[in-house]
Amino acid sequence: MSGTQPIRGTTLRERTAKAAVDDRLRTSLRHATDTFGERMADARAGLGDPEGMRRLARSVKADVLRRLPEVLSRLADQVQARGGSVCWASTAAEANAYVTAVAARIGARHVVKSKSMASEEIDLNGALEAAGCEVTETDLGEWIIQLARETPSHIIVPAIHRDRGQIAEVLSRVAGGELADVPEELAAFARQRLREKFLAADLGVSGVNFGIAETGTCVLVTNEGNGRLVTALPRVHVALMGMERVLDDWDQLDLFLALLPRAATGQALTTYTSFITGPRGAGEVDGPDEFHLVILDNGRSEVLGSEFSEMLACIRCGACLNVCPVYRQVGGHAYGWVYSGPMGAVLTPLLLDTREAEELSQASTLCGACWQVCPVGIPLQDLLLGLRRRAADHSGRMERAGWRAWAAAWSRPAAYRASLRAGGAVRGLASMGVSFGGWGAGRELPELPRQGFRDLWEKGKV
Amino acid sequence: MPKRVAFFPTCVVDAVAPGVGVAAVRQLRRYDCEVEVPRGVTCCGQPAWNAGQVEAAAAVAATTLAALDAAEVEIIVVPAGSCATMIRVFWPELFHLSGDAEKSRRARELGARVKEFSELIAAQKPLAANAGARAEATVYHHSCHMLRELGIEEQPEEVLRRAGVECRPSASRGRCCGFGGLFSVKLPEASVAMADEILDAAVAAGAREVVSCDSSCLLHLSGRAARREIDLRFRHLAEVLEERA
Repeated sequence: MSGTQPIRGTTLRERTAKAAVDDRLRTSLRHATDTFGERMADARAGLGDPEGMRRLARSVKADVLRRLPEVLSRLADQVQARGGSVCWASTAAEANAYVTAVAARIGARHVVKSKSMASEEIDLNGALEAAGCEVTETDLGEWIIQLARETPSHIIVPAIHRDRGQIAEVLSRVAGGELADVPEELAAFARQRLREKFLAADLGVSGVNFGIAETGTCVLVTNEGNGRLVTALPRVHVALMGMERVLDDWDQLDLFLALLPRAATGQALTTYTSFITGPRGAGEVDGPDEFHLVILDNGRSEVLGSEFSEMLACIRCGACLNVCPVYRQVGGHAYGWVYSGPMGAVLTPLLLDTREAEELSQASTLCGACWQVCPVGIPLQDLLLGLRRRAADHSGRMERAGWRAWAAAWSRPAAYRASLRAGGAVRGLASMGVSFGGWGAGRELPELPRQGFRDLWEKGKV
Repeated sequence: MPKRVAFFPTCVVDAVAPGVGVAAVRQLRRYDCEVEVPRGVTCCGQPAWNAGQVEAAAAVAATTLAALDAAEVEIIVVPAGSCATMIRVFWPELFHLSGDAEKSRRARELGARVKEFSELIAAQKPLAANAGARAEATVYHHSCHMLRELGIEEQPEEVLRRAGVECRPSASRGRCCGFGGLFSVKLPEASVAMADEILDAAVAAGAREVVSCDSSCLLHLSGRAARREIDLRFRHLAEVLEERA
């Protein structure tokens, strides 16, 4: 499944309609998002001053983003000073070309990966496979969806849409025999299979949760230990980092490491927190011969400095997905690309800039639950509204004419009242290109009163 | 309670739920408050604002701004959390984006005088409740803008409790009902699925009635409940208070 050719041939309405009647999907989603949401709330409550930390994180991110070119170049200098290589990739194609060239140069046949949303964004797996490599995702959830030929339906829980029975089905196909849907057994099977892949791999590819400019360190926050094997066992390690994921120093990291796991999984600290600073040094026993950092732009420069630049503060915790009342009903695939939930509804139109992607700003009631839990305080509902304004500039003639007619009537009290008497409130909205069949399909229409409030008021009946 | 208030009914109450406006005005009068409904108010412009249509929203909002501004009152009462939010939170930004700094300034000034109905009532000395009126087991439904943008969280349930209504905790407390204005017709399947969770949680809580401070949420929820033949009543907080007065 391609990560770079998303949202083709279906509409948001079609995708959400299909998902919203899938009871098995909704049961999985509700169970998982409730669990994560509760853990997140408990973990947040354990912080001394969560609001203060959130304000601080927001201002630290804003400050780093204002100086982004300078901070990134310091990061790159430090990586190189420690024997690593740096690739500045403007586009997905450039990033993919760099990684496949590394693979070709070292004669890599087997690639292992730890979870990276940036790699999903650029469909790195597709590029490596086209170049003749066998690619294995080693995060359990990612491996499951890779085997099922799906894209992630959650940015940190990629197989959230599958229940344990459905996971057993997928893994049974690989096992060539039936596996029981017992989590421990399924995990044991995955561990044994993936261990073979780790040992055979020539190239390891990871994402980056935080880059630290001060020392050229890449920080990985993981729970399964696969990240450590991916980055230490193969001869060569390539880390792929969205260019906004950089921090100045370890002091800032201290703050963000307190926020990220709590918001993501409700943990005070993940099981593994890896700090990778260059390749294996002289006298060191562990680590790869080569270390490469790919710094990915792929549309982010356009966002920087725009009214949407706060989106670049996102640390990919997934908290907004877990509390989103829309995501909860439809899951991640309904959003059509690799990012989903509120953060996906904002980021996708910014990175893809297509009409299909633009529609995603409608996938929200603007309820604000996302903003409320965002550990860096991104006003996601305001950004969604901003994207709707941007989309409105491209709206069709019918729709614009509808709004103009509505505004002309409702900005004149007499015309407004006449339109209400004619049942025009409902009809007026219908003329904006909105199908009221949509209302009637699942709901009864209200009975319209004979007299409106204003009529009653003027007749002295109030 | 101020001596005189202006009451902005909102287009939804005016057109679809006039009983809510009647109940709210009568409640205000029980506090010896003289209520005025300014001539010339229409709608706060929220449908267009949420659709990203700044010009249309500004044109309509300007009409209501002028009408409300003309009323010489200390307080403007709005019986809808989301319309109160539109005025208090979004009008200054709306007029700013439409390039009208003067209206943006006036909107800011006016917004400081706008009160959502339950918020105003909660701040008053309680009236004696009519202990004889039967109170149904109730789930209070928070509307999102009122809860998160205005931060009005405890007041509605407090007001209901003072009136002798038993508010039950719902597993879906604080979760959006899926109305979302045009969202409800643009993505109706998701919208309805969201309503179902609120309804199922209310039934599971043993409620007979769902009460809210936004008629638009209630129209959506009651429309869904009617289709599913779920036996729940849906009422605005003002209607509950007026019945028990």
